[in-house]
Parts: sequence; C-alpha cells; structure tokens
Amino acid sequence: MTASEEMRRSRYPAGSLAFPHGSLLGIAGLERHEILFLLDESERYVALNREAKKHSDALSGLTIINAFFENSTRTLLSFEIAGKRLGADVVNMHAAQSSVKKGETLIDTAVTLNAMRADAIVIRHGSSGAVQLIDEKVDCPVLNAGDGSHEHPTQALLDALTLRHAMGIASGEALDGVKIAICGDILHSRVARSNMMCLTALGARVRACAPPALMPANVEALGAEPFHDFDAALDGVDAVMMLRVQNERMEGQYLASTAEYRHLYGLTAKRLDACAPEAWIMHPGPMNRGVEIDSDVAEREKSLITKQVEMGVAIRMACLDVLTRKARGLEGWA
Amino acid sequence: MTDLSITNARLVLPSGEIATGSVRCAGDRIESVGDCEPTDDAIDAKGALLAPALVDLGVFAVDKPACHFGGIARVGVMPDGEMLDAPAPVRFAARSGKPDLWVHPIAAATSGLEGSRLTELALMREAGARAVATGRKWIADSGTMLRVMQACAMLDLTCIVATEDGGLAGDAVATSGAIATRFGLASAPAEAEALAIARDLMLAELSGARVHFRQVTTARGLDMVRRAKADGLTVTAGVSPAYFMLSDLAVADFRTFARLSPPLRSEDDRQAVRAAIGDGTVDVICSSHDPHGSEAKRLPFADAAPGMAGAETLLPLTLSLVRDGVIDLGRAFELVSTNPARLLGVAAGTLAEGQAADLVLVDPDRPWIVDSGKMRAAAGNTPFDRQGVEGRAEALFKGGKRIV
Repeated sequence: MTASEEMRRSRYPAGSLAFPHGSLLGIAGLERHEILFLLDESERYVALNREAKKHSDALSGLTIINAFFENSTRTLLSFEIAGKRLGADVVNMHAAQSSVKKGETLIDTAVTLNAMRADAIVIRHGSSGAVQLIDEKVDCPVLNAGDGSHEHPTQALLDALTLRHAMGIASGEALDGVKIAICGDILHSRVARSNMMCLTALGARVRACAPPALMPANVEALGAEPFHDFDAALDGVDAVMMLRVQNERMEGQYLASTAEYRHLYGLTAKRLDACAPEAWIMHPGPMNRGVEIDSDVAEREKSLITKQVEMGVAIRMACLDVLTRKARGLEGWA
Repeated sequence: MTDLSITNARLVLPSGEIATGSVRCAGDRIESVGDCEPTDDAIDAKGALLAPALVDLGVFAVDKPACHFGGIARVGVMPDGEMLDAPAPVRFAARSGKPDLWVHPIAAATSGLEGSRLTELALMREAGARAVATGRKWIADSGTMLRVMQACAMLDLTCIVATEDGGLAGDAVATSGAIATRFGLASAPAEAEALAIARDLMLAELSGARVHFRQVTTARGLDMVRRAKADGLTVTAGVSPAYFMLSDLAVADFRTFARLSPPLRSEDDRQAVRAAIGDGTVDVICSSHDPHGSEAKRLPFADAAPGMAGAETLLPLTLSLVRDGVIDLGRAFELVSTNPARLLGVAAGTLAEGQAADLVLVDPDRPWIVDSGKMRAAAGNTPFDRQGVEGRAEALFKGGKRIV
C-alpha cells in the first residue's frame, strides 16, 4: 500500500461507506466527504493517464454502455476513453441510430439495456429527470452524463478537481473560501446547477452571473449569489467559469444579439485584466470564441480549459471504478 | 318501484345547517326535506350524513366508476378530451352517462380550442351544452375572448376560462422557484395567473358575462377575484384539492403524478388558497379528474401528460378542510355540490323540494388509504398515493335510484 492510499483509507469510512450510492445521478444528495472521496480516488487516474501505458485491468470483462440520447462529442469520448483505460468493453449507443426515434419509450429502452446485462450505463438525455427514470428500471449502476437542464455531475467533479490541481490544494482538501464566478446561460445549464451544488458543498463561494432572461428564479437556493453585472461578479474571484450560450437563444428570444451578449457578458482580456487579472479561466466547452470568451483569453496561461478535459477522463475513470466495486466484489464493497 | 325515502339522517340543509331528519322523493325529484312521513321501505341512515350528491365542474374524462366511488352524480365535462366544438359531439356527450351519471357538456369556446374561430355556441346549447370553456389553453387574442364572453352573456351560459397567460407560461411545466430551479424544469412565474385573470375580469365587465375561473391557485390571482367580487362582478373561482393540499415540493424528484396544469405553486400560495376557500373567494372545488396511464406518466417530467385522477379523492380532501377548521360541513357541500350545479344551471346540488334526487350518504370520519394501484378510476395517477384520508360516500342515489 502506498503512502497516499494509506492516507485515503484513514480519511474516509471503510469500504462502501465512503460512497454508499448505487448510481451517480447528480451532485444533489452527495455529502461533502463523498465528493472528496471521488476527487481523491481520481488522483491515481490522473497519474496513470500521464504514463505512457495508460491501462488498468480493473474493469476487465465488464460491459459499459454509453447511451447518448442527445448529441455529444467530448463527454461521450471522455467516457469511452475512461472505460477503455479501465479495461472494460465499452459500447456506444447513439439516439440517432436507436429505436428511440421509432417511438420506443424511454422505459422500454432502459429495460432493453438492462436485459443486455450491462455492468454500468452512462446516460445523456435532453429531458431533466430522464436519467433518474432509467435508473429506476435497471439493475446496474447508472452515471448521469447530463439530463436536460438538471445535472451533469461528472462535469462538476472534474471542474473541482481541475481547480484543486491548479490552485495547488492537496489531495483530501476541499475548496474552502475559494471565490468562483459562473457566467452564462445559468437558466438552461445543467453544468451550472451541478457546479453550484458541488462547489458550495466543498466550501467555495459561488457567484452566478447571467442576464435576467437566463437567470433561474431563486438561484440562492442552490447556494449561489446572483449577479447581472459581469464586472461586479468578476471582482476579486479566484476563478471564472464561462458557460456556452446556445446561438438559438441569441436571436431575439432571450437575447437581442451575440454582439450585445459579448458586450455585456463576454470574457475579454480587457474585462479580465480590470476585474480579476489573476483568475483561473474555465469553460466546459465547446466554446463560442468571440462570444462568451475571446480566443486570447481562452489561450492564456491561466486558462484551465484543456486541463478540464484531462481531468474529465480521470474523474470518469474514478466514478466507473467506484460504482462497479460492488459488482466486482471488492473487499468492503460487495 | 317505490319512491326513495331516507330517514334518521343528518341532513346538509341549503342554509348550511346540519339537522337530523328525513328526505322523501317523488320519482327523480326531492319531494320534501325535514320531518316528512317516511314510506314503508324507507332507508334508515342511522345518523349518517345525507348531502346533495357531488357535481364535479370540469373533468377531462367521463369516468363513471371513479365518480360513483367519490359520490359524484353529475360531471361537467371539459371540451379538451373528446373535442366538444360542434353540436354533434356535444349531443353525444350529453347522453353518454345516463342514467346513473349525468354528463353536462362544456362547449369549446373556439374551434379546436385553438383560440381563433368562434364555435356555434347557440346550437351547442340546444344540443345540451351547459357552459362554455376555453379549455386548458388560454385565448391569447383579447378580441376573440371578448366575443366569446359576449356570446356567453347573450346565451346565459357560464364562461369557464383558463387562468394562465400563455405567453408567460410558454412551455413551462413548473412554477418558478427553488424547486424548478433545482430540478432544471422549465418554469413560469406564478404571476402568469394574475395576469390572465386581470384581463378577463376586464372583459367580463365589458361583456356582462358570468365568468368562472376554473383554477385559481395563487395569492395574487385570488386577491383579484376577491376584489372583483367586492366590486359586484358576477365572477366565480374554482380550485382542485391538489392546490390546497400540495405545494411544488411535491414535484421534487420528478414525480410526474404531481405534474398538473396549472403547475403546483409555492407553500404561500397553498396557504392563500386555503384562506380563500375559508373567506368565500373560492366558490367551487372540483376534481379536474384526468386519468392517465403509465404510458403518459412514466416519462421524463416535461414529457409526461399533466393532470391527476381526482374524482375519488375530491370528497375526503374537501372534508379535510372541515376537520382543519377552514370551513364547516355545510360550506363544504356548497363548494362541491350546490355552487357547481348553479353554475351549470341545473336543478341539483341542494337538499330542497323540487331539486333532483341526487343524494349521497357520507361517513365523514371513515378512514381509508388512497392506493393508486387499487383505484376505481381509469388510471391511478394520484399524487396522494399511500396517504390516509377520512370521509367516504357510503351510498349514492341518482334521480331517486340507488347506484352505490
């Protein structure tokens, strides 16, 4: 046992008590120490992924289905790589190729996937609550890869891990007192919801910044302080997390134009230098360069955008590992 | 067949008082109430409560077994289900429940309920329509809405209107607030209701129509109705038990059985509904019975059909307001029987001479547990599953004949 593993063992309850959940449906419902456990479990995969041979046989023989009912490139790829690096057989199911389009109900699809005896199912769906609905119908662990405007828990976890690395915060430690601004289409963003809950659970102070039309009611209930003035929201933050704004929302329905949005909420070098020159810059991607974030900002030294992608694979490996421990009969988990 | 006679009952009198006595009927009408000479084969109520059978104003499906369980003898059926926008379907609907459940069709105000073309209201009235409704949808065009109300006023039909501003409500499935935000549900501010009511109060005044707001579920909306009534407008308001029993907390974890239209409101609004029932602002409590099977409800929240099966729980949940001291027994039956009958213009819903002999014997204290798996309704989509309630119809009489 390595020293870091020894430390981890002493820090968390033994075995499955460290993470007593069958599935990962959201950050809501997770305790602070459970979030930290997942982050700490990811550290070894961060290390593994930096090796030349990035392979483990931990999940060898297991089948993971990535069921994506909504288009995705990065998240799907990240989960696929995570599963394969753990030695699992990974199958991707795209909604476009599935019988979902032929009118099969979500429940029927879930029952079908279950009958194929998957050992874990990763789901992305366009409707809030869809992943929970599937989880109720299948026997294996379910990982939420994004459901509607509800949650995207692995994104929040990878963002926390990225910040911890960037800020030199040690394994086992949280983000107490760290100031973070999340800016963009908060109303429709599952990334924002999961992040607000995850970051506040870890002790960070979160500001949510959006134009009034894209700010959900009572965002304080998620632990965030609301802002409409981006400069004020940025003032003195340790990190700023920009969200993608869908182009179709900037054609008059929610916002007048992309130009106006950029004027009010674009992360430009000028704005950043004036309000928070030392802030770490994050974006879950894909970026609208020149709209919510300028290219020169995205490519700054303080930008963590590619780091987020790297941490994403490690986080997803840790989640797949932890959630399949029971089925794999690991000591203390079975 | 001898005429119905019930003795030794606690009568819910038109005055709202409860008095022990008997009721004698002649054919399908009540002949006398109070101390009347019983017939030889009179039914001994043994002190049970005898009330006018429930008149459910605004159901979305005619569901006889559920109605009979719930003590409902008449329903006003909304035009949304089987589209009631022409005389023929109205005539068919009017006959569909006889003899043991009378269906009073509510005519669609516009063709296909699309909010633009007026329907043949006069011909539909001839065919049996007892009221007019905009359906679940709001009529966006104020000019169209005014003309609908003018026609209703001329034909002496109650105009039942939806109470959500369509532009604000959009594709919302929840009320804006912490719950909708947390669960990522498309939501609209509760003010969408007051906004719709404000316009239609103005149009009611202009047209002179008798306007009934089918569901008034927010403090702001209820305030407007309260004020309009004080100003002498002939407007009435209804509500379903879900809105005085539940708040939007019930939709947490995406419980689609609590996906209703209008959506469940905040706890403050729930309290306001209770207060408004107590002070007389609300005139009608209706079930909004809308049974949906799992194919329509076992879906992601926003994709699930709105509505709940409510006919069986209408009576006990209304009686819970009596136990909580919000209203008395007499007022409870005014809300579920007398007022809805009056709005439909039918001689029922009251224990008085000459009224329809639609009666229900109720044990107001009988406890039972709502079980969505065992309901009489066409589907068991109730947000009150596994909840203990009190009060049950022990016997139901329609037109002087025992049905249950």
